[in-house]
Formats: sequence, structure tokens, C-alpha cells
Amino acid sequence: MNAQQKTIALFAGVAFVLALASLVGRALARRVTSESGRATVDNLNERIRAWWIMVAIFVAGYLLGPVATLILFALTSFWTLREFVSLTPTRPADVWPIAAAFYVFLPLQYWLIGIEWYALFAILIPVYAFLILPPLAALAGDVGDYLLRVARLQWGLMLTVYCISHAPALLTLDIPFYLDQRFLLLFFLIAVVQMSDVLQYVFGKLFGGRKIAPTVSPSKTWEGLIGGGLSATALGAGLWWLTPFTPLQAAAMAFVIVAMGFLGGLALSAVKRSMGAKDWGTMVKGHGGMLDRMDSLAFSAPIFFHLTRYFFTP
Amino acid sequence: MIDLLLIGATRFLVGGGAQWVGCEPAPRQRIYFANHGSHLDTLLIWAALPRPLRGRTHPVAAADYWGGEGALGRIARHTLKAVLVRRNGGAHADPLEPLRATLAQGESLIIFPEGTRGTERLPGPFKSGLWRLAREFPAVELVPVYLENPGRAFPKGAVIPVPIACATRFGAPMRLGPEEPKEVFLARARAAVSELAG
Repeated sequence: MNAQQKTIALFAGVAFVLALASLVGRALARRVTSESGRATVDNLNERIRAWWIMVAIFVAGYLLGPVATLILFALTSFWTLREFVSLTPTRPADVWPIAAAFYVFLPLQYWLIGIEWYALFAILIPVYAFLILPPLAALAGDVGDYLLRVARLQWGLMLTVYCISHAPALLTLDIPFYLDQRFLLLFFLIAVVQMSDVLQYVFGKLFGGRKIAPTVSPSKTWEGLIGGGLSATALGAGLWWLTPFTPLQAAAMAFVIVAMGFLGGLALSAVKRSMGAKDWGTMVKGHGGMLDRMDSLAFSAPIFFHLTRYFFTP
Repeated sequence: MIDLLLIGATRFLVGGGAQWVGCEPAPRQRIYFANHGSHLDTLLIWAALPRPLRGRTHPVAAADYWGGEGALGRIARHTLKAVLVRRNGGAHADPLEPLRATLAQGESLIIFPEGTRGTERLPGPFKSGLWRLAREFPAVELVPVYLENPGRAFPKGAVIPVPIACATRFGAPMRLGPEEPKEVFLARARAAVSELAG
């Protein structure tokens, strides 16, 4: 199969799985009568509907080309950073550093990926933003909670812009004999991350009992993690034909993606709880905020990017 | 066209979707009164109203800021259809006069009874204009509105707004009680806005 045939097969496969999920959701909605069951099924159906929309956006990005994909991810960074900054306390003195983060560093980061300037893209936020934002905050003269404020903004920028931007950066990797198929690598990453989230949720709901960190995230259980994580790893191995990897390498990569994604969900749950919130926002119906869907991707994308870059590019 | 661009830009930058907590959007004559912390406030309430109500609801804006000949002034006059008031105008002129004229035509108003932009999450003391209008136009519904976050997204003194998600919460309509003293009514109105802050 060439890249185009693979992509069509994939999207057809995704549409099939989602259609199946929609049918199951509809059947469940008719059968479940208990109040708590209803809430779960309604939430499930909202999630499935949101999935359709997300997949449609992703397909549109593919059809319109790499620049559109880059813009889609830039918008994702924009909205997740907005959720992050909105939920964390700010002061009027923070307007300049926040403006610089949104209006300078975010577009610059994605522009650097667009022109494939790897050396600067990899250090723009960890070095330049890190050094420029704090003095901008200091200029306004407000020292109350200063270190907390600058640290929060830098953390949010790293997570929502720097980390998430590593997903579309996969499209810049010069993997021999794979240049026309790089979009599939992005698909592989997102498929494994999202399937891992879904399967952990399903395994947790079906068999869950032992909570991993009840104070941080009551929905994360050992049964969910092991059952969902292993099946997502197996699924990733089964998608090896999309990637430049052998089946075993694909399994290892999927395992790393699953592990990092889990840790990301855990860390961001802790951030949310520390702010006294359950969700990052209300943008995606049934899922909470956009960052609730992107937390795993933010943690797995940079690691997947660097492993692939280190081992599979000359 | 400009109104759609303005609303689109507002939604993109700060969201600010309407939450109708205490009433529904209805084509009744109303005075919407809200906490004031940002130049975004006017835009947010105006953009939160459904289109048919938007044309008949006029934000009250300070002439010294929104009354100029530049783009801001033109947007205020033609798009927002603002009623301009002079905060420190002539000693004899009653600043409420243009508001009365608008209400007399059956139109609705958006006002910020604090008179100026504050820096706190909850509104400061209200000026008496709201009470005077309520007394003169007893049939008009008074709707408290709480604006969440515009003071963070575009605080006093900032040059450009930043993307921080805002919300516009509409509370239950209230009326001036018979013989209700000015101070009691204004405190009640202020509390109605604060309660919406949650």
C-alpha cells in the first residue's frame, strides 16, 4: 500500500470504530434506566459525538496539507494555553508576559516548525521565553507572588505550546524512505494516545477497583492502567505498518507513548485539583476542556519525537 | 459585518458566552447593570445578547473614552449604538438625560453603576443613577449581570487584551420596591451582581 491508500484505509477504520461506538451508545441509552447509569451513558455519547468532530477536524487538516495541520495544532495550543492561564490566578501586572506568550512565542514556535529550523524550535521556549517573560513581569513592578506567577506561566507555555508543538513537528523529520508518509507517524502518535485514554477509561469502568492516586484523580485505577495500557500498546504494535518501525519497535514506542500519556494525565490532574477544578474548561462537550483531551499528548509527543529523531533519522 | 467581526474576535480571544441563570433572553425593556473592570465589559454583554435584542440594547459609555472620532468612537456609535454620557461635563447638564431619552423610546440599556472601572473581583459601591432611572421608569426590568474575568483579560492600564476566558452571567430581574430608600436599593442591586460571581 502507498501512503495515500494507507491513509484512506485508516480513516475508514476510524470511521468504522466510531460508527460502532455510536451504535453501542445508542443501544445503551435505550437500555439503561438507573440514574447514575444514565449519566454515564449520556457522558459516553457526548464523548463519542465529540470524537466524530475531532476526527473530522483531523481529516480536514490532512486533506488541506501540512500548513493546515500546523495551524490546527497552533490553535490547539492557543486554546489549551487560554484554558491554563484562565484557571490559574493572574494579576494585572501579568498582562505583558501573557501577551508575549500568546502573541509572540506561540506563533514563533509554530513558524519555526513550519520552516523546519530545528535548532531554534527546540530551545525557543525553554531558553528564550524562560529568560524574557520573567523580566517582563517584573517591569510592571508588582512583586506579590512573583516567582509563583512567572513559574506558572512558563509551565503553561512549556506544556501547551512547546510540548504539543512536537506532535506536528513529526512532519519535519527526515526519516529515510518515509518522507511521503510522515503524516501517518502523527496519526500513529495520536491514535495510540487517544486509544490509551479511551481503553483506560473503559477498563477502569468495567474492572476498576484499586485507585492509583485517589486524591489526584479518582478515575485512575490500576486495572484501567494495566488493561488499557497493555491493549493500547498491542494496538500500537498492530499499527506498525503505518510507521518506519518493526512490529517490536512499534510496540516499544506505543508503550512509551502510553506510559508518558498516563503520567501526563496524572500530573495535570494534580494541577487541576490544586486549583480546585475538575475540568480545564467546557469547550469539548462530555470531555471538559480541550486540555483534558490534550494532557496525555502533551507529555508523550516530545518523547516520541526525540526517540524517533534519535533512532530513525540519519 | 463589523458587528460579526467584533463578536467573532471577542469569542476567539475571551469566549464570554452568555449564561442565563436568573432569566431568559426576552424582548422586554430592560436595564442590564453589571460590575465594571475592563473596556471589554461593554462588548461582552452586547455580544452575549441574541441578535434581535442586540439592536435594541444600548451600552452606556463614557464620552471622554468612546466619543472620539477614531475607530473606537465609530464602533461605539455605529456598531454598539452606545449612548454617550459626559462624566465630568457641564455643571448644569444632567448626565442621565441621554439615558432617559433612550428609555423613553422603549429601548434597553447596559449600564455600569460603579461609574468607573474597578480592580476587584466583586463590584464596588453603586452610584445613584440606577436608582433614579428605576424610580422614573418603574416598568423597566432591572437585570443584574456578572462579568467574570474581563478585568483579568484587559485590566485597567493594559494596552492590549490577552486571551483569558470570560463569562457573562445574567441574574434574576429585580425592581425598585415601593418607598425603598436609595441606599437600601443600591446595596441590594450590588449584592445581586456579587451573588452571581459564585
